[in-house]
Amino acid sequence: MSEKVIPKASINSESTKDLNRKGFISWLSLGWLAFAGATGGFFTLMIRFMFPNVLFEPPQSFKIGFPDDFTIGKVDIRFKRKHAVWVVRNDEGIYALSTVCTHLGCTPNWLEVEQKYKCPCHGSGFRKTGINFEGPAPRPLERHAIFLASDGQIIVDKTKRFKWEKGEWEIEESFLKI
Amino acid sequence: MSYIKNLFDFLSTPTISFTLLTVSFPFIFPPSDWFDKKNKQWGIYKLWTNKGAFCIFSFITFFFVLGYFDPYFNLTMTKPDNIPIILMIYSMIFVVWLGMKQAYINDERLERGEKPEEWTDPDDKVLVWPDLVYIELIALIIFMVGLIVWSILIGAPLEEPANPASTPNPSKAPWYFLGLQEMLVYFDPWIAGIIFPIFIIVGMMAIPYMDINKKGNGYYSFKERRLGYFIFMYGWFVLWVFLIVVGTFFRGPNWNFFGPFEWWDPHKVVPLTNVNLSEYVWVKLLNKGLPASIFAREAVGFVIVIGYLFVMPLLLAKTKLKSLFEHYGPIRYSTLMLFGLAMFALPIKMYLRWLFNLKYIIAIPEWFFNI
Repeated sequence: MSEKVIPKASINSESTKDLNRKGFISWLSLGWLAFAGATGGFFTLMIRFMFPNVLFEPPQSFKIGFPDDFTIGKVDIRFKRKHAVWVVRNDEGIYALSTVCTHLGCTPNWLEVEQKYKCPCHGSGFRKTGINFEGPAPRPLERHAIFLASDGQIIVDKTKRFKWEKGEWEIEESFLKI
Repeated sequence: MSYIKNLFDFLSTPTISFTLLTVSFPFIFPPSDWFDKKNKQWGIYKLWTNKGAFCIFSFITFFFVLGYFDPYFNLTMTKPDNIPIILMIYSMIFVVWLGMKQAYINDERLERGEKPEEWTDPDDKVLVWPDLVYIELIALIIFMVGLIVWSILIGAPLEEPANPASTPNPSKAPWYFLGLQEMLVYFDPWIAGIIFPIFIIVGMMAIPYMDINKKGNGYYSFKERRLGYFIFMYGWFVLWVFLIVVGTFFRGPNWNFFGPFEWWDPHKVVPLTNVNLSEYVWVKLLNKGLPASIFAREAVGFVIVIGYLFVMPLLLAKTKLKSLFEHYGPIRYSTLMLFGLAMFALPIKMYLRWLFNLKYIIAIPEWFFNI
């Protein structure tokens, strides 16, 4: 009978033999590279996710019809649901108002009888021109760029905004003279 | 009956109900000797007896029963969103009543030179295991049963898919934010939506550091900490809970005020034309146009706001509140003043709006800076 040879616990000595300083550093760099690659790829995918292939939203600039389609003194609410603008014609011309309340961004309603836009969230009221006169809204509604296309139709460009308090309603594009 | 309903409608107009609450509040929770004397004289302390509770709750129940059989109030009352508010009215008043009742019993004991009730009462002390845990378990089961029955009986108030182009009218925040929504009517979003919520949270965290009254610790007592009681109850009960009730029952289409028994007319016309302080000063008082320079235009507003928030506490520290200032020290005093004055800015602004149609004290829409 021979005695079983119990191998001495030699893990420590072996691992120190296998992994010297140089090897440790190269493994470490490899590990970090892999980690950076994985996180980088992940964040690239995340950022890519922010830019969808197809946008299901109406175009920012669109035709709304001919000037004669709009009655003088009326607020046209046809474009509110899809494009979030009111088109108003007065004696001198046509302007497009943004339907975003300047207080906290709810959508006010045009009340024909009272001749005002009234916000259901905190009660801000705006006159037909878009000037604020009641409730907490600090500034008037914003206007969008409006101009005639070559075919005689009106184009509203929502990428441009004109703020009354900055005197931008004087700019030609904010108001279509007819 | 219609006379009573009209009376309720009249009383619930926020200008009147808020004023009634604010004026009666120091008599109900007297913060000083004079108010305490009147409280005793008029017997208001009897509210905190069993009979008082019976009167309060019968009055509220009468109001809601009347409302249930009213065609208009029934609509707002039985809306699934609003049922928690009815529960809230009952539970909040009950909790306040219970606390005040025990506080008054203790106050009488302390006056006689005895220890507070909690000191000697062996029934008030239970073992965590098994007594407390069992009570908690039973409470939990009952509560779950209640919630399940509620969810079966009353459907969740789900609405059509959200559409940014059409806001429901009226558009109401979740019930716990209705007080915030009410504040937003009187202040710019950056104050009512950001500064005030931060102040509420930080201010409540700071209460233990600002309130250095060591009395009333571990037992109910009103008399020993009446000023703290009054300020907290006003901020919480009137400026938060009551505004939630206002937002739930008294705000209708176009965020107009409606009495509970009034029909929600979407075309109700309320003259709300608002004027900024700068317009009052330059146009109405001095008969000039608004100056071009923003600072010249808003100078009066800046003076008022800085005076209210910073100069007034300084002057008070030298005169009327000298003892408080010496007792509290400069840091604690100024913190207390900042939070306290910010809190009382809300009712002040509400009244300025209601009485003078004042929109903003400082109005600089160019920089989104309105106060």
